[in-house]
Amino acid sequence: MKAAVVVFPGSNCDRDCRTAIERSTGAEVAMVWHKETTLPEGVDLIVLPGGFSYGDYLRCGAMAALSPVMAEVKAAAGRGVAIVGICNGFQILCEAGLLPGALIRNEGLKYVCKPVALEVTNAQTRFTAGYAGRRQVTMTVGNGEGNYYADEATLERLEGEGQVVFRYVQNPNGSARRIAGVVNDRGNVLGLMPHPDRAFEPELGSADGAILFQSALASA
Amino acid sequence: MRAKVHVFLKEGVLDVQGKAVEQALHGLGWADVGHVRVGKTIEFELAAGDKAKAEAQVQAMCEKLLANTVIESYRVEVG
Repeated sequence: MKAAVVVFPGSNCDRDCRTAIERSTGAEVAMVWHKETTLPEGVDLIVLPGGFSYGDYLRCGAMAALSPVMAEVKAAAGRGVAIVGICNGFQILCEAGLLPGALIRNEGLKYVCKPVALEVTNAQTRFTAGYAGRRQVTMTVGNGEGNYYADEATLERLEGEGQVVFRYVQNPNGSARRIAGVVNDRGNVLGLMPHPDRAFEPELGSADGAILFQSALASA
Repeated sequence: MRAKVHVFLKEGVLDVQGKAVEQALHGLGWADVGHVRVGKTIEFELAAGDKAKAEAQVQAMCEKLLANTVIESYRVEVG
């Protein structure tokens, strides 16, 4: 099993992601600088971590979406490789057009940083299979622009196709339909605002995030 | 040629900054203020002889980078 974590200038959860993947799955994790034009051979999982890539200039994730490595990430998505974008990584995936919708300023204008309860809306994706039988899990959010937005037609399509994967039990930021995480139509690209990388062992308050990395790599 | 791009959240997308500014203006006594929108302006020089061509280029820039048309609308001025 091989995973890669992409490091953008301003990423700040890249090492958390590496530790979370290593400890929860035992997989080998390569750190890939955003200027790279290749990904490690045979990579099974690519993670775009949280942070403030390019200082959130222009729009969160807008500049990172144009990084050289993103051409490779898009190609890998096309080959069916599992890709997870967490927080800023989710914003980058939306900006790159790999996921529908966008993340806008939180409804209350506040940066929200706290553990949140999540409904596992779809436990039949390759990222959530390990949550089968679990109605609720806990992870931490930390975002100022985590308010998921998509037009009504897109929201209906996402709901109808089972692409809404996680939903907040209590909406922390005004997200449409309490959406916390979505997958693409093929089911191999996941974006979520809560941090599984901050919830991978009981000492962190929750180990629920470990299951996400385990599921993603088990399906590889 | 000088290009100006104005970017705003689309109608229907919640502009929380606009709302906060509106409330602050009301608090200062400007009770008649309504529908405040906060956006941004991006300005740059563009070497192009033809105004129509320049506009087409700037429009392409907006679609690719300067605006996220999922949530934002934009207006281009070239001159």
